[in-house]
Amino acid sequence: MGGEKTKRVIFVTVGTTCFDALVKAVDSETLQKELLAKGYTHLLIQMGRGSYLPTKSEGDCNLVVDYFTFSSSIADHIKSASLIISHAGSGSIFETLKLGKPLIVVVNEDLMDNHQSELGEKLANRKHLYCASPQTLHQTIVDMDLNALVPYSPGDATPVAKHINRFLGFPDD
Amino acid sequence: MEKGNGCCFSSVSSSAILSSVAFVVILIFVRVLYVIYCSGRPLNKRSSKPVSTLIILGSGGHTAEMLNLLAMLQKDRFYPRFYIAAATDNMSLQKALLLENSLASETGTVVAETAQFMKVYRSREVGQSYITSVWTTLIATVHALWLMIKIRPEVILCNGPGTCIPLCVIAFIFKVLGIRWSSIFYVESIARVRRLSLSGLLLYKLWMADQLFVQWPQLKQQYPRATYVGRLM
Repeated sequence: MGGEKTKRVIFVTVGTTCFDALVKAVDSETLQKELLAKGYTHLLIQMGRGSYLPTKSEGDCNLVVDYFTFSSSIADHIKSASLIISHAGSGSIFETLKLGKPLIVVVNEDLMDNHQSELGEKLANRKHLYCASPQTLHQTIVDMDLNALVPYSPGDATPVAKHINRFLGFPDD
Repeated sequence: MEKGNGCCFSSVSSSAILSSVAFVVILIFVRVLYVIYCSGRPLNKRSSKPVSTLIILGSGGHTAEMLNLLAMLQKDRFYPRFYIAAATDNMSLQKALLLENSLASETGTVVAETAQFMKVYRSREVGQSYITSVWTTLIATVHALWLMIKIRPEVILCNGPGTCIPLCVIAFIFKVLGIRWSSIFYVESIARVRRLSLSGLLLYKLWMADQLFVQWPQLKQQYPRATYVGRLM
């Protein structure tokens, strides 16, 4: 009779920003067909302060699409997702990498001086995630091989804490 | 003859004024150089007395990085803690409050005794033109001055948002005027791989941070006075 499809969610997040270009890019029928073909079932969009509203959708033959603006903690959404597509903010990036989820970072080219691309590119070079622009997102999804991603080992704030303590004359722990 | 005397008198007084002004300017200049020289050197203190700490929060990743750093600092050394966030930033103070609440319940203290939360007018909104930013920065500076007079922290922790510039500049002026000696620690965001942020660049070029930390080795090469500490996140 056909068993139930396993729920595989793609979670799109723009953090606390406005990133209509990304929301528009994932609101595309061709991109959603591609995701469906790759075995994903649900698309959940956290659209932040954006003004562009994506189209909700339901049904077995389509990707199930839903959206919301903010959540007090997106960690739960990240945990229950199979793939994250995120703006290039460091908060979202490291929250996702720490939870060990595959990540496509999309750089917002409208931001002044666009410094966010530096971090996305650096981590993509080290194969911790994929980095794209709203225009190249579709191609990135077509070409991606999530098994090729290298797990990210978290950093450590101990060195800087030591420096600060020593500078202030506090005894070493 | 009277006219002659009048001219003599006014030229004497104007040169006296000029000399006084020049003297004061030189004095301030020397004092600034002395402050900069002392700022780079570790403090002389030996005691373990706690230091009042101002923590400047910024939207999104800035706050996440700052809370990550705070987790590594012993809370009984950095106390009382004053958290400042931009007026339009609704989430950062909430996150800080969560941290302080869980700390208070662990140690059995009351949050109100160890931490305070404040908002400051923003120097510049994301996307705002640099030209209008000059005016909004001035307003933000006056508000920041008011807050700094109240807090007068011994330690300032910041990691990049524009909100930190007026506060750090005021702290520096307080140092020069002898109102309060604040040790300013600036941790450049992990998102800054190849270039410093505007805030970081200003504090670096003006020698205003006691210590400026960077998380990627490229930045240490470009900015030799910075301290490389590796990734925090």
